Amino acid sequence: MDTITFAYQKKRSEFGKQCMFSDKGPDLIDNYPSNPKLIRNYILKDPIGRATQCAPVQAEHYLNTTRAEYSNAIMNHIEGGWPKDVNTADEEQTKRYRRKVEKDEAFHHTVMQLCRNMENCILQNNAINIYQQYFSDVEPTPLVERSSARTVNVYQDQSTPTRPVTHISWSPDNQTKLAVSHCNLTFQAVVPNQTNYSYIWEVENPNLPLHTLRPEHPIVCLEYNQKDPNSLVSGMFNGQVAVWDMRKGHEPVELSVIENSYRDPVHNVLWINSKSGTEFFGSSTDGQVKWWDTRKLSEPTETLIIDLSKEEQTMANALGASCLEYEPTIPTRFMVGTEQGKVISCNRKGKTPQEKMVGKFSAHYGPVLALQRNPAFLKNFLTVGDWTARIWSEDCKESSIMWTSFHKALLTDGAWSPTRLSVFFTTRSDGILDVWDILQQQKQACLGVKVCDEALRCIRTHDAGRLVAVGNQKGTTYLVEFSENLSMSNKNDKMLLTAMFERESKREKILEARNREIRLKLKARSGVALVEEPTQEAAEGEEEPGEEIPVDAFFDSSVKQAEAEFYLCIEAETAPPPEEFPEEPEMIAEIDEEPVEPPPPEPPVEPAPPKKEKKGKEKGGKKKKK
Amino acid sequence: MSNEVEETMKRIQSHKGVVGTIVVNSEGIPIKTTLDNTTTVQYAGLISSLADKARSVVRDLDPSNDLTFLRIRSKKHEIMVAPDKEFILIVVQSPTD
Repeated sequence: MDTITFAYQKKRSEFGKQCMFSDKGPDLIDNYPSNPKLIRNYILKDPIGRATQCAPVQAEHYLNTTRAEYSNAIMNHIEGGWPKDVNTADEEQTKRYRRKVEKDEAFHHTVMQLCRNMENCILQNNAINIYQQYFSDVEPTPLVERSSARTVNVYQDQSTPTRPVTHISWSPDNQTKLAVSHCNLTFQAVVPNQTNYSYIWEVENPNLPLHTLRPEHPIVCLEYNQKDPNSLVSGMFNGQVAVWDMRKGHEPVELSVIENSYRDPVHNVLWINSKSGTEFFGSSTDGQVKWWDTRKLSEPTETLIIDLSKEEQTMANALGASCLEYEPTIPTRFMVGTEQGKVISCNRKGKTPQEKMVGKFSAHYGPVLALQRNPAFLKNFLTVGDWTARIWSEDCKESSIMWTSFHKALLTDGAWSPTRLSVFFTTRSDGILDVWDILQQQKQACLGVKVCDEALRCIRTHDAGRLVAVGNQKGTTYLVEFSENLSMSNKNDKMLLTAMFERESKREKILEARNREIRLKLKARSGVALVEEPTQEAAEGEEEPGEEIPVDAFFDSSVKQAEAEFYLCIEAETAPPPEEFPEEPEMIAEIDEEPVEPPPPEPPVEPAPPKKEKKGKEKGGKKKKK
Repeated sequence: MSNEVEETMKRIQSHKGVVGTIVVNSEGIPIKTTLDNTTTVQYAGLISSLADKARSVVRDLDPSNDLTFLRIRSKKHEIMVAPDKEFILIVVQSPTD
């Protein structure tokens, strides 16, 4: 039905009559039941989107106001403001005008006054060049700037629970990217929900990593290929190595075959300077150093077991390698730092393993955590381990040429500054990043920056020298920027540093030579008087002082006398609280001494008296040395 | 009277190293000069405006101050300007070292 109409009728006579209302119940006029068949024409639509807008009503109008009119005009003013009546071209008129001005009284006074001043200056100029540059040939002294550092960016570990940072690597393309590897190195740590991811960050964007690497096992170390900004190589927690390509997604491009890989987590991988640019080598705490080619990761091209014994190399005797060093400019040499604290300098070109492991340095009491050559002085390298950082020279094998004092916290990593030659950085387990400048002071760090509260685990310097990336135990990486004076080298620095290193190496060499001499002499003597040795030892203090010692072995009367004197001294000195024993003939450290007699013998570098006959003389000499 | 002025200017001109002397009035007209016309006109125009600017700088910084002397040292000469209310005395001297 289209329309509903209802008609009611009213008589004409009733028009205008008052309405009388009465109640009336509802009256059904018409009833239209629903027609269920019609539903077939409709589809249920649920939900329905309706847009509404509740906003104030606004209108847009354009209006152009009157603008200021600009015009560019140029005027060429050649000559001064001649008055209107004077014709500039006419020389007569200008001359006349000029003469008129000269006649002015004011002219006279003014000019006299001005000339007086002027003459002063002219004469001054003639007398001396007041603008002469003094000391122009002397270089301006560099301003003493206060060293400072500030944290520029913080990159957090994106997965929870967080894992410590184990390695940081800068990308080769102007170092705009940072590859950070995270791995929980605790043995058989079972942390639920811990991911294996490692991240590549863009330096500018600390909010979101640029790329996530999702390996099967956590990555312990990660290195960018310096020739190709997209490829990386990593060593995993289970001993495999993997090659990654940033463009190819989150999985490694290739993984090494596990049977031919390492038996322990791979702590270091480094790219090698080779023609193909695809070679790298890695080391692990199981004692193996293997060389790989990225094109063929099924087996290593070469293996070297760090076994210092002279017999056949076996894994059983291998020293775990905790650190690896490779300088691209010396392609065949590399250095390995071991867990036992030794540093072994190796030559890849050696034919036998003994030939390969050329130099050995006893570096630290614990694992060598960092090993790096000074970028300018390749013969000197820095090692960091236990509580000290040491600088070594390749020529001095017995001890380091310079070292820091023992810190209160363990040192975890260290690196040289690539731009300022005398500066190196160390990270500590109490969250402090130390900057050492050996040209300024050797006793303590020139700057200590408290980066965070957790232990710092690793450090990597940016090639420009001002920035340093440090990673901590909680998985956060900090980018720290240093002031100019810690990153720029002065002209004299290289010279001074060379002199310093030479001086220290010379000192060590002298001590080494002296030690060698003593040892030779001792060997010679031990051949002559075998008996003397044990009694000497006994006299030294392995037994308590004053005890009866067989004296019969001494044939020399002066020796007897010396011995008698010696016992007198001991008795005299053990009565009061024991102090230093200057009279005591000192033996070198080869003979183990129990500290029954205080103090324990002096460190091995102290030369010992060569002969007993010279005891008296030696005493004096020793006293002087003290 | 004018003799004195002449004498003084001659004396200045005779000092060692002095290249030229110009007296310019406040309107920029060179009144007296020892250089040729084109150079004089150039100096007069350029230096007058520079001296004015210098004076306004000094006075802007401190209204109670005023410009007493202006020296422009270049690689080849030194231009010395002694300004006044009405006139400007410009002397160009070559350094003697």
